Amino acid sequence: MSKVRVSTTINGDPVEYLCAAEETLLDVLRDRLGLTGSKEGCGTGDCGACSVTLDGRLVCSCLVLGAEAEGREVRTVEGIAKGDQLHPLQRKFIEHAALQCGICTPGFLVASKALLERNPNPTEHEIRFWLAGNLCRCTGYDKIVRAVVSAAAEMRESR
Amino acid sequence: MPLDNPKGQSFRLVGSRPDRPDGIDKVTGRAKFGADMSAPGMLVGKLLRSPHAHARIRRIDIKKALALPGVKAIVTRDDFKEIEGDLRDVSRNVMARDKALYDGHAVAAVAAIDTATARKALKLIKVDYEILPHVTDVEEAMKPGAPVLHSDLFTQGVEPTPKKPSNIAKRHEFGHGDVAKGFAQADVVVERKFKNEATHQGYIEPHACLASVGNDGQGELWVCTQGHYAVRNVCASLLGMDVSKLRVTASEIGGGFGGKTTVFIEPVALALSRKAGKPVKIVMSREEVFRASGPTSSATVWVKIGIKKDGRITAGDAVLKYQGGAFPGSPVDMGAMSAFACYDLENVRAVGWDVVVNRPKQAAYRAPGAPISAFGVESVIDELAQKIGMDPIEVRLKNAAHEGTESSYGPTYGVIGLRATIEAAKVHPHYKAPLGPNQGRGIASGFWFNFGGQTCVSLNINIDGTVALAVGTPDIGGSRASMCLMAAEELGIGYDQVRTIIADTSSLGYNDISEGSRVTFSTGMATIQAARDAVKKLCGRAAQMWGISPEAVLWENGHAKPAGANAGDFPPLSLADIAKVAANTGGPIAGHCEVNAEGAGVSFSTHLCDVEIDPETGFTRVIRYTVIQDAGKAIHPSYVEGQYQGGAVQGIGWALNEEYIYGADGKLQNAGFLDYRIPVASDLPMIDTVIVEVPNPGHPYGLRGVGETSIVPPLAAVANAVSAAAKVRMTEIPMSPPKILKAMGEAQRR
Amino acid sequence: MVQVVLWGSLKSATGGATKVEVEAANIRELLSRLGEKHPGLKPQLDRGVSVSIDGKIYRDAWFQPIPPGSEVFLLPRLAGG
Repeated sequence: MSKVRVSTTINGDPVEYLCAAEETLLDVLRDRLGLTGSKEGCGTGDCGACSVTLDGRLVCSCLVLGAEAEGREVRTVEGIAKGDQLHPLQRKFIEHAALQCGICTPGFLVASKALLERNPNPTEHEIRFWLAGNLCRCTGYDKIVRAVVSAAAEMRESR
Repeated sequence: MPLDNPKGQSFRLVGSRPDRPDGIDKVTGRAKFGADMSAPGMLVGKLLRSPHAHARIRRIDIKKALALPGVKAIVTRDDFKEIEGDLRDVSRNVMARDKALYDGHAVAAVAAIDTATARKALKLIKVDYEILPHVTDVEEAMKPGAPVLHSDLFTQGVEPTPKKPSNIAKRHEFGHGDVAKGFAQADVVVERKFKNEATHQGYIEPHACLASVGNDGQGELWVCTQGHYAVRNVCASLLGMDVSKLRVTASEIGGGFGGKTTVFIEPVALALSRKAGKPVKIVMSREEVFRASGPTSSATVWVKIGIKKDGRITAGDAVLKYQGGAFPGSPVDMGAMSAFACYDLENVRAVGWDVVVNRPKQAAYRAPGAPISAFGVESVIDELAQKIGMDPIEVRLKNAAHEGTESSYGPTYGVIGLRATIEAAKVHPHYKAPLGPNQGRGIASGFWFNFGGQTCVSLNINIDGTVALAVGTPDIGGSRASMCLMAAEELGIGYDQVRTIIADTSSLGYNDISEGSRVTFSTGMATIQAARDAVKKLCGRAAQMWGISPEAVLWENGHAKPAGANAGDFPPLSLADIAKVAANTGGPIAGHCEVNAEGAGVSFSTHLCDVEIDPETGFTRVIRYTVIQDAGKAIHPSYVEGQYQGGAVQGIGWALNEEYIYGADGKLQNAGFLDYRIPVASDLPMIDTVIVEVPNPGHPYGLRGVGETSIVPPLAAVANAVSAAAKVRMTEIPMSPPKILKAMGEAQRR
Repeated sequence: MVQVVLWGSLKSATGGATKVEVEAANIRELLSRLGEKHPGLKPQLDRGVSVSIDGKIYRDAWFQPIPPGSEVFLLPRLAGG
């Protein structure tokens, strides 16, 4: 079966690739484009470690086909920092020790960023429910929630 | 290494909360985990797994699969030598020999040019199975007439040794005194039977490795593991290689909790690579992780405890039956040893039965064996407290183990922090907070041994006075930050001037696995000693530069200084000053330590849990949770808190939702995160933590391991809270909503 | 002379005794003498044991000295997760 040719934008850059029809966007990012920041934790959309945004919408890239990225805008964890400037979320995650092993961190950062873009002042409850699609086994979520609250506050202040 | 200053310690850096050194990599996606590595010409490896819970493997036909274009190598049991001794069971778990012993047991493996080809090849492998009756329940497996897994397994630890094989591998017994006499002295006796289902460590990163064996027999392995030296040793043995020919690099690891202290796919990847002459990458799917890595034991636990009206416990007795999957070695011995470890008892006994069943071979899971037995003991203590009308904290204070107590597993305790954690619980605002309707509060304590072990580090002074610290224990919880703190503390330099890396097996000497809460303790101790070694050498260089005796030089605030006015009037030399001219004064400067670290201190934890039950649906939420644990000395408090919170939440998941569900056909029914339900952010409140510090006399800074103890109390803390809210004693976990409704319904009918 | 306490299920190898005496100055001598005196213990000793001396647990240290009068326990080989 011949491959599909895809033209897309990833983290603001134009990208073209060939992929099999059944290949997931996650596989394309990791195995074809070398963007290994998005992780596969389950392959079935249950853990959120592969979270990316597709035209601004938070999705599990393991549930999106590589071909579906055609003409759309994909944003991954690799695109969160601006050059050498970390995003407040990234800084707060480190500051609040919101990561231990760090495998879920890319997914949480993408998901949290998507939340704060929609709701710059979320309550703890809203944060927990928005992030319910991202599994963490190390932290118990406490410090992750605190980091998001702290980042949201800083981002509101600097506006 | 003994405690530096028993009268009191003051630290410049230790105890602060700086950013971890590997943080940037992990928040930008730069950090490389097990599946993030590739090599040119790399092949994809996939395993064929038994679809039967128990079957004799008559024949494996790989001819068609091997002929498929793009397939470069296939391995089966024929490619692995029969091994006896320590590694016998591991080798048979990695690749089945005469029998498939569980649904998911590896039977063959393929290396091909891409995933699609590998999958096609697996379908072309013909395995001729003779299906055998199976057993997956621990008590069923113990009954006479149960299907027997191993014809050469005869129960040890019983007199006389049985003549017929069975599924009962071993009987253990611990304790002292006379329990019968003790029960006779009791005013109230409670006896209960508890059950828990098997759970998985649930690390988000599946097992993954990249193996590359050249035709000179030299191999390289990139793998996510808790112990790359152990992986090297085991893989070398299984492949018939010299240990020195295999170089293993530990990637960043996406969670382990004990489940990555052994091997599953690694020997297979190496064998495929050797056969194909190309690198082979194997990554487990989530389904494979559940079916075929190492969950912990399902078990039944019988506990009987007697107490006097004044609150003194007179006897404790327990019988534990744990299944360890298809091979002997469940942690029932540690479960039995730790069951009553929190209590000062004259009469105590714990008997443990190690049983095999047709399930994957168990692997360690955070304080292996202890949460299961603590669930039973702490629940019965709760019930006894109610029966004698005494506050459960008072009961624990009256009976808490302390310095000088003869522990339930034998040795006498030295300085320990249990009482301190219970007293902290007593005065914590959580304990007095009012409860609403359908809410209940539970309290439980727990214990873990903590270990030392073989450790070495290499501390190298860079030319600019910064420090490169190479350690050999994979960082599973943020330990690199703690190593930097301890090295900087000893050397008197800034935290930012130390960089800690995890060396590969060729670059540094042997290190035991990152397990048993040993890393901050052992690698920390080695780091402190290596820093002190470096300081001696730095002082020696300064002495040379000043032309005085090394005894006349001291190290203070990161500088070499003359020890007194007599030594000479030399301005202090900073570490950077000395490093700059190292080439002229004798060459590179480094500190080393190679040690079998001893003196690990046991640690105790007391948890408070409030739950709220919806009486219509049985849905239960944890509304408040507090972990109080003795850390001896918290090197980096944020990461100590992280261990407390993480362990507690794993325990909460185990208590309320997590379980392996096997069908009547012996196959795992819920091999995915949708139906194996671990806690998510919306399930939980903030997890409050209190770090108690009762210094461990066996460590220069007094620290105790903290990684495991926090998972020991939660099963009972949650069960006691649910029992209080539901007004019925819960004895089976997970306490999922249907189970709670059923228990409440039965209680109402009585 | 060192008095060693064995965990309960090892009783069957020592004729019912949980407390055994041997002459030993360090852990290696202890394990060696125990195996000689009670050959039934050898399989467990070969598989691996931990030794507790005055409350400190040692997993592999052959030459760890056993001071006279220490409290010595033989425990299963322990490991964590």
